[in-house]
Amino acid sequence: MLRVTLRNLLARKLRLLLSAFAIILGVAFVGGTLVFTDTLAKAFDGIVDGSVPDGYVRPVGSTADDSGGFGTDGRTIPASVVTELEQVTGVARADGTVEGIGLFIVDREGKLVGGRGAPTLAFNYNDAPSMTGEPSVTIPVGTEPEGAGEVVLDERTADAAGYDIGDAVSMVAAGPQPRIEAELVGIAEFGGGGLAGASLVFFDTPTAQGIFLDGEDVFDSIGLTAEPGVSQQQLVDAATAVLPEGVEAVTGDQSAEETEDIVSTALGFLSTFLLIFAAISLVVGTFLIINTFSILVAQRSRELALLRAMGASRRQVTRSVLAEALAVGFVGSTLGLVLGFGLAVGLRALFGYFGLDLSGTPLQFELRTALVCYVVGMTVTVVAAYLPARRASRISPVAAMRDDVALPESSVRRRTLVGAVLAAAGTSLMLVGLFTSVDYTAYLVGGGVLTVLIAVALMSPVLGRPVLRGLGVAYGRVFGTVGVLATQNALRNPRRTAATASALMIGLALVSTMAVLGASINKSIEVAVQEEFTTDYLLSSPTFTNFSTTISDDVRDLDGVDEVSQAQSLPIDIDGTGAFVTAADPDELLAVYELRDTSGSLNVGDGQVALSEDAAQERGVTTGDAVTLTFPSGDQEAEVAGTYETSQVVGNALLPFSTLEAAQVQRQDSTVSVNAAEGVSQSELGAQLDEVVADLPTVTVQNQEDFTDAQRASVNQLLFLIYALLGLAIVIAVLGVVNTLALSVIERTREVGLLRAVGLSRRQLRRMVRLEAVAIAVLGGVLGVAMGLVFGVVLQRSVADDGVTDLAIPVGQLAIVVAVAAVLGVLAAVLPARRAARLNVLRAITTE
Amino acid sequence: MPYVSTEQPALTGGGYAARAVGLTKVYGSGESEVHALAGINMDIASREFTAVMGPSGSGKSTLMHCLAALDTATSGAVLIGDADLALLNDKALTALRRDHVGFVFQSYNLVPTLTAQENILLPLSIAGRQPDQEWYDTVIDTVGLRDRLGHRPNELSGGQQQRVACARALVSRPSIVFADEPTGNLDSTSGAEVLGFLRRSVSEFGQTIVMVTHDPIAAAYTDRVVFLADGRVVDELRQPTAETVLERMASIQTAAIAAADARLGH
Repeated sequence: MLRVTLRNLLARKLRLLLSAFAIILGVAFVGGTLVFTDTLAKAFDGIVDGSVPDGYVRPVGSTADDSGGFGTDGRTIPASVVTELEQVTGVARADGTVEGIGLFIVDREGKLVGGRGAPTLAFNYNDAPSMTGEPSVTIPVGTEPEGAGEVVLDERTADAAGYDIGDAVSMVAAGPQPRIEAELVGIAEFGGGGLAGASLVFFDTPTAQGIFLDGEDVFDSIGLTAEPGVSQQQLVDAATAVLPEGVEAVTGDQSAEETEDIVSTALGFLSTFLLIFAAISLVVGTFLIINTFSILVAQRSRELALLRAMGASRRQVTRSVLAEALAVGFVGSTLGLVLGFGLAVGLRALFGYFGLDLSGTPLQFELRTALVCYVVGMTVTVVAAYLPARRASRISPVAAMRDDVALPESSVRRRTLVGAVLAAAGTSLMLVGLFTSVDYTAYLVGGGVLTVLIAVALMSPVLGRPVLRGLGVAYGRVFGTVGVLATQNALRNPRRTAATASALMIGLALVSTMAVLGASINKSIEVAVQEEFTTDYLLSSPTFTNFSTTISDDVRDLDGVDEVSQAQSLPIDIDGTGAFVTAADPDELLAVYELRDTSGSLNVGDGQVALSEDAAQERGVTTGDAVTLTFPSGDQEAEVAGTYETSQVVGNALLPFSTLEAAQVQRQDSTVSVNAAEGVSQSELGAQLDEVVADLPTVTVQNQEDFTDAQRASVNQLLFLIYALLGLAIVIAVLGVVNTLALSVIERTREVGLLRAVGLSRRQLRRMVRLEAVAIAVLGGVLGVAMGLVFGVVLQRSVADDGVTDLAIPVGQLAIVVAVAAVLGVLAAVLPARRAARLNVLRAITTE
Repeated sequence: MPYVSTEQPALTGGGYAARAVGLTKVYGSGESEVHALAGINMDIASREFTAVMGPSGSGKSTLMHCLAALDTATSGAVLIGDADLALLNDKALTALRRDHVGFVFQSYNLVPTLTAQENILLPLSIAGRQPDQEWYDTVIDTVGLRDRLGHRPNELSGGQQQRVACARALVSRPSIVFADEPTGNLDSTSGAEVLGFLRRSVSEFGQTIVMVTHDPIAAAYTDRVVFLADGRVVDELRQPTAETVLERMASIQTAAIAAADARLGH
């Protein structure tokens, strides 16, 4: 039997390749994701190990990741602690570190280097070694920075910005000196290998303290280097003895682990995000394989019946088909793995383009990647081939003697019934996931969506009939007999047509879902901005970082300005639950924005907080209650002064600036809202503001319209990324259409011969195949858009409370989806149509 | 402007529907060269029912395929009407087949997704022409299928399917109809119906039909029988009966055996 299987495979290399394609692409996606994220992890591990010292002294609770306070944890350690630590036995050296965040290099053209990509990290320069024993940073070219006017950059950043040694480097910072200029005196090299695109900036210690720490002789942290023979733990124990209250020492290992945890969480998100799309591709691939094997089994049914007649058992027949699937899976996985490696190279280049430069780290190929790829690829193929294989075993031996062998097939009615039950189950899963507060929401919704899609695929022979009939009428009108023939061909085997269309449906359904969701988000933004964006101009940062409070001083000095409101936004915990809060002067804020209070007063004083209705409800508190605000520096009690209607302007809570001061958060601004004075036109004010921030690329000036456009642009950017990732699933589905058509043409060789004999021209024949392909693809498009509409509306409803308040249905975009499906059909038909047209009439007509 | 089939110009120059001149067809090359047709000269007269007979391997099917523009000759010429097939490209050949040639195959070759009526009208609708209603009715009534027109091929018996195929071949009023063993898959009653119908379409409607067969009874329905052996025309018989055909076949067989014996040196 095995020999029969292998002969079959070799005799049909093309079919093998076509059905393997689905596996190749899906596995490549999985493999590429794993290789790429392993590479990223490797790069970050190198960075961490190369930068963390033996021991690390820091304010209690400030982890290596400072983003809990948006890089604004203002607590410091006095310089005297460094001197004390140097005296401790076991400490070889102690180096006070200034960690500057919010600084950007401006290149020669006035643009930010890095921007939204990898961060720019500023430090005071020292030659302290990391825990690897090598210095973290060396300066192979030029000299160390000395004095206020000197700076050192890493080589890549200097190159990217176009600065050579001796040039004046422009920088912007979020501290009290917004603009900094210094001479480039040296090029730094990082000891840990590649920097993943991050930019490094070094000043001498007093300069760094001046820029980032208000000029006080203090540090953000202290790096400890152990004497030879002293372990990290001994070092930390010795250091802890002399530390003042509020300051702790941790081992380098622990610090590195904390950082790596944060990095691996972030990478986990990235790899999950990519793997979801790989999974979608594999689901689509499953359809393609089921379909291909069904057709192959149907075409070989007489041969299989012959095997049965000669004494092969049912199980042997099943097994021979499954063995074929296993071989296809193996070949597909192998090629997929190779392609995946190529994909990882592409991903690395793509991320490099967006600023995450990994060229310093070789691609990481782990055994686990190969194992996962083979297991996934072969499992998917065998599982998908199981149904056709079982059907093959049910061919009766006597069929070998008959002319027409009809393969036993389950009835359409039963399929529809099973589909309806699945649809109900999937819908319930989805609704439970979306509208009740249970755990594993993503799994429930994802599982529900998948179940509904499979259900629709099962029902599609019935659901698709009216679509195909309708198309048939149109075809008949426009294309005459050729159109009728094409429709009849599509209707001839409704299961096959429907399964092929379903594969396309999945990708297009998800695209349509995202289109509906994206349009709804955009519309909601528009509505919210129109209602709440009551300021003439908003100063904010395109990199979502803060900027110096001196900018608002400059703005207040302008003639055309009436009200100005500064605000600093940051994520903190309120009563243990994460919240995004805004600190502002309530008088100023309420003069610019109309916040509708629902209870108490929004005029928050010291030790008070105002909560949005939602945030108050979520925490079960009302006006007058006390809540706990958790900052990196520790907890603060605050009294709820009032509540307000949920607003995008303020977020979950409004605090006075005094609360930030008490929490030792560095005062920076996230936004500055400006209203024009009486008699000053908006455009006049805009021009004045533009002048204020002209040399500060970290700050943009936007009116209502600019703001809406910018928001929409970022939503659309994400949408297009998702469309691109779904593109792979669609490509696989199109291959499915190609496959089905090619196999159908082979199956109908004699009929094609007859049509040609009675006068169908090659062009008409090609058109016939093309129209059939378009019918299949349009069916997929129509079903996909219908499902996408349903999913999109349900999703919008479920996030209506989270700001996506308005439903928008992008009719034009959805029509484009169907049109694209039709175009894909035309493309899918190119090869099968050419093949059909090339058939020799005589040979075709006399074929068995 | 609808193209009315009755106004179709006759292609039958000189009273011949088709001619083969020095027609050869060689398969393979060198050692394995096979002369399926070894120089055939044959005229097919218009309004005549011609049978081509011969033992297996005599080249009768190849001859028909070449005459019907389904296959190309190695050398020599095939003319349908005045058109030299060697001078036509695929497009022109397709148009020629569509407008001037009809086919009946041994295995019916109906399109399974179309009804009987749609199958019959297929060549016309591919060409975008309207059927001549009167002729269409005549054909339908002659084949006796009026009550089966809405059925799909799988709902028809073999004989009915072949009659649909005959109607399809005739409905466009082709200059010439080629039938390849049309009764090969049929029982004798159904076969007789089909042959009777072909005979009538020649006698009553002036069609030209060429039929390949190995059945002397089928050959007896024709006006003329051409005998082939080893790729050559070896004999011809006018106004055949089953008995005379059988007789000729026997003598051709005897001659072939004698020739083979002579070659082997007996």
